[in-house]
Amino acid sequence: MRTFYLTLKYLIITLWSLFVIAPFLWALSTSFKDFNSVTGGATYIPWLQFEPSLEGWKVLVRSPAKGGVDIIEPYFNSIFVTCTASLISVILGTLAAYALSRFKFKAGFIKNNDITFFFISQRIMPPIVLSIPFFLMLGFLGLLDNLFGLILVYIVLLMPIAVWIMVDFFNKVPQEIDETALIDGCNPYQAFFKVVVPNSIPGLIVAGLFCIIFGWIDFFFAFILTFTEVQLLPVKIVALNSSVTPWWSLSASALVSVAPLIVVAFIVERYLSKGNLSGALK
Amino acid sequence: MNFNHKFVFLLPGLLVLIGILIFPIVFTVRLSLSSWDSFYPGLDFIGLDNYIRLFTDDKRFWESFFRLSFLSVTTVFLQYIIGFSLALMVWKDIIFKRFFRVLFLIPMMTTPVIMTVIWRTFFHESLGPVNDFFSLFGITPLWLSDNILAKVTVIIVEVWQWTPFMFLLLLAGLLSLPKEPFLAASIDGAGPIRKFIYVTFPLMAPISIGAIIIRLIEASKIMDTVYVLTSGGPGTATETSSYYIFIKGLREFQIGYSAALSFTYLIIMIISLTIISKLLVKLLIKKI
Repeated sequence: MRTFYLTLKYLIITLWSLFVIAPFLWALSTSFKDFNSVTGGATYIPWLQFEPSLEGWKVLVRSPAKGGVDIIEPYFNSIFVTCTASLISVILGTLAAYALSRFKFKAGFIKNNDITFFFISQRIMPPIVLSIPFFLMLGFLGLLDNLFGLILVYIVLLMPIAVWIMVDFFNKVPQEIDETALIDGCNPYQAFFKVVVPNSIPGLIVAGLFCIIFGWIDFFFAFILTFTEVQLLPVKIVALNSSVTPWWSLSASALVSVAPLIVVAFIVERYLSKGNLSGALK
Repeated sequence: MNFNHKFVFLLPGLLVLIGILIFPIVFTVRLSLSSWDSFYPGLDFIGLDNYIRLFTDDKRFWESFFRLSFLSVTTVFLQYIIGFSLALMVWKDIIFKRFFRVLFLIPMMTTPVIMTVIWRTFFHESLGPVNDFFSLFGITPLWLSDNILAKVTVIIVEVWQWTPFMFLLLLAGLLSLPKEPFLAASIDGAGPIRKFIYVTFPLMAPISIGAIIIRLIEASKIMDTVYVLTSGGPGTATETSSYYIFIKGLREFQIGYSAALSFTYLIIMIISLTIISKLLVKLLIKKI
């Protein structure tokens, strides 16, 4: 019976792992194909089933005038927008989360939990609901098709995540440490920056990582709010998809675009195994 | 702590959020009472006409809404079952534990639309590997252009993409469980199945509810995948509410009407999510 359980367990794990890596392997294989090997039906193994070509990867670095797919600029745009928005969200979110976790607020029937809920509930808002007014608002501010306009929108997307993670985290950090700091003669700001922040590094990292993940993978707002001046990576790739771009360069550029965040998976796993995530994600 | 400090901490975030959001929300409500479209772009006032049209004369919106409910409930259910099983499997010691944990997390780190571009080639009806496999049996299912199969494809892609998130939340929960109940169960001689039913599952119930609600919220926005994978097609077979509003608002430029749709959709979303979370609490916590 025990061997049966074990076999079943490893069978399921193996099957799921195959499912997880299947699209990556397929894309990797496709990225080395050329016209004949793509249109000839599905093939998988280079040299054996088709003659590999580097064309798909070469177009990534070629200039657009010569038929390259210019993803370098969108790449940096994406990095810039994601990082800036995440940074601002984590800073503002952490301050708010600290206030919500340590002090009591009361305005009529509104208490701490209601304010926390207000922050987090912004995730319920479907992007489509905001997109049209945002479109008009950013147009009015002259921030349409502009990186800073996008950052503004992304803050709304990401701050709820930062607040959600940090409130739970601060609730776990014992209050005594700020009280001790206050008794030692710090003012509340010194206590926060010199004592609380250094003790909250794991929470800050987790919050930052989640902001980066959800900022990096967003497509919809970038799609609605930018056109030609600035393009973010997902929009660029989808545009490639709808034009007549061949599969091989499409696969290569897709792989390049998802690669950086796979590093994040390793960091998240580290924090998970150390037990730091358990408090932060509840 | 005196009175002022707490506001210095809270207000920057709160004000930025409200500042960015107040205009869009108020403006959506105002737009929904106007007939703004591509012929007559402007804020007139037509009362509740848009809402009347929505509730009496728009079968497509309600169809897309029920389709969305079906898709999100199905995907979240599958994600929960698979995510929970996977989390249980890599919870305790197995070989290559950390390797599998990383591997299972990877899909959520990848951009949904970009992966969907790859999935499109994966499910391609004559050149993709899926049909290469099925052609061994002499059939070529139309993954992207058959009414039912297109939904299945969307579900498969969504499950691939977001099971890791469920897995992450549940595994983090499992790792934070206290050890004593499991010890007690072992002493009482409970086997693995009884342990799961009487110890693990009840302890995990609150975390499960949280994870399911978070995923339902995110799943209720399904749109990117549909846009790239099938563009809502064939016909309207995979059109979700968000995608329908997107077509009305930013393709047909019926801005006023789409604002009414958005607002209704948001309200329905909030109400149904509240009901679902109450039901889940009743179902998972009170009964056991």
